[in-house]
Amino acid sequence: MGSMLLKRVLAAIPSLIGVVIVTFLLTRALPGDPAAYFAGPAATKEAIEQIRATLGLDQPLIIQFFHYVVDLAHGDLGKSLTTGQPVAEEIRARLPASAELTLLGLIVSMAIAIPLGIMAATKPGSIIDHTCRIVTTAGVSLPVFFTGLILVYVFYYLLGWAPAPLGRLDVFYSAPPTVTGFYLIDSLIARDPETFVAALKQLILPALTLGIFSLAPIARMTRASMLSVLSSDFVRTARASGLAPYTVIVTYAFRNAMLPVITTLGMVFSFLLGANVLVEKVFAWPGIGSFAVEALIASDFAPVQGFVLTMAILYVALNLLIDVLYGLIDPRVRLEA
Amino acid sequence: MIVAPALQVEHLSVEFRTRSGIVKALDNVSFAVGKGETLALVGESGSGKSVTAYAIMGILDPAGRVTGGKAMLGALDLLHATPDEIGKVRGREIAMIFQNPRTALNPIRPVGRQIADVLLRHADVTRREAPARAIELLRAVGITDPARRAKAYPFEMSGGMCQRVMIAIALAAKPSLLIADEPTTGLDVTTQAVIMDLIGELAAEIGMATIFITHDLALAAQRAKHIAVMHAGHVVELAETQEMFAHPRHPYTAELIAATPDTAASLDQLASIPGSLPDLRRADLPPCRYSERCPRKLASCDQPLPVMPPENPHTVACWNPL
Repeated sequence: MGSMLLKRVLAAIPSLIGVVIVTFLLTRALPGDPAAYFAGPAATKEAIEQIRATLGLDQPLIIQFFHYVVDLAHGDLGKSLTTGQPVAEEIRARLPASAELTLLGLIVSMAIAIPLGIMAATKPGSIIDHTCRIVTTAGVSLPVFFTGLILVYVFYYLLGWAPAPLGRLDVFYSAPPTVTGFYLIDSLIARDPETFVAALKQLILPALTLGIFSLAPIARMTRASMLSVLSSDFVRTARASGLAPYTVIVTYAFRNAMLPVITTLGMVFSFLLGANVLVEKVFAWPGIGSFAVEALIASDFAPVQGFVLTMAILYVALNLLIDVLYGLIDPRVRLEA
Repeated sequence: MIVAPALQVEHLSVEFRTRSGIVKALDNVSFAVGKGETLALVGESGSGKSVTAYAIMGILDPAGRVTGGKAMLGALDLLHATPDEIGKVRGREIAMIFQNPRTALNPIRPVGRQIADVLLRHADVTRREAPARAIELLRAVGITDPARRAKAYPFEMSGGMCQRVMIAIALAAKPSLLIADEPTTGLDVTTQAVIMDLIGELAAEIGMATIFITHDLALAAQRAKHIAVMHAGHVVELAETQEMFAHPRHPYTAELIAATPDTAASLDQLASIPGSLPDLRRADLPPCRYSERCPRKLASCDQPLPVMPPENPHTVACWNPL
């Protein structure tokens, strides 16, 4: 297992180098001139040129790339032109916010989708099966910002159960000391139940929004995978040997059906992490998605490059984790590695 | 006639609902198997042998439905029992082994655990005792180094070893009836004999009745006391093995026996039975489903098949038997 992990990490290095080169070139190829953007609409040509020179944008691409790589090797992702903040720091602060929200959303989604998919597969054509179909169709059909707005309208405006959708913590609370960057975990470490509850309250609606959206692929994959496993020979054997229905469905069938579900989970997670800009906007969430989009609109290179690189590293790590899980579940995968 | 049957199946009928119509897979199937005896169900592919077994076990595909008959295991009618009652006998009183042992075992669970699962469900063992009992069972089915093999996964074993594990699973609770559905299909010839011997020995040891499903009439003749020949969802003939070979009465049985190759015959002497199974979805199935292939067909063959009293030692469903 250890040597397999090492091999996989080494194999990821070329793709990361590729990501560095491609994001650098892509951001340079994008339309929009950061120098002009920063000089403002009233600036003269000379002023723009001067800003261009101070940003180092007047130098040949290869020199710019060289500077970028040297900085990167020192852990420096550059500075955001709009905020003046170092990108690395900004990402460090914002990534946990997104990750916490996405993880919770995924947990909500799994808690609903997996049992729903299993039940739908064990009784095809039943009411549960139809419910599963309707819920998943509704989940993908409703745009996330719409679901988010509806939830805010109902639970904040009408019922008053949820706090105002204004970020990770109500203004009356201060953030717990940073250990993991996850407020839920950090507040527990700081033994601060009040902050924990306050953070959880802020999280519930956006997490639910993400959960509803990501329900569909997980439930569908669970159902399809379970259906094929339930009709396999070894499930027939388990039934014929009179094992309890729970053992047959969970221990025998579901564990075998889990591999494609885990793959789907990985895809959904990485997709949500970067792409939930709309949810972050609706709930004023200080996440990494909205950060990247704002930078992109401003032709602010450094944050965009930093964002893409972070995502690439996360994606590699996630795939590694999925491979490890595969090996834990299926002994045949362990053998191949 | 069987005095004390372990299982008595009477007038079993099964239908499958499919997109292209209702398949009348079994019609009026009756047979019995005596305690400690072996009955072979013989027939070509699609004759309903496995469906009979699945119906008895209660593991028919959701599209399948028992439309009539009963299957008495002692005083319990397996076809009309509640899920609770079935749960108490399946795996405990009646067990089944399947063809293709490699796919019939859970691929991601060590075989010892799979045996232990059945033990925990049916035998009076604790969670702590189960692994050791599973190893004992592996030893009983002739697996060398059972303690190490118990931790192995099916993909790490040969087909013959997987079938031994299947047998250990089936016999874990010492059932009174074993249904072996083509247990040697997919195994090489020497392993086939060893597996059949093993089933025979273990059955004799615990006084278990066996229903042996096969398409191999010669193998059935070696292993079974009685043979039931099936054709297109009917039991066309049922008799003691020697009687069946000495005096086959149904034209289909006679053709089957004639078609069994023997080593002396050359390739071009291989006989075959003309025609094929009728389409069981047809609305106009003749009462005798063999009549369209039958060289001895009479005008009277269009009447419903004769029903012989079950105490008759040699029953045949034919108006013009040999």
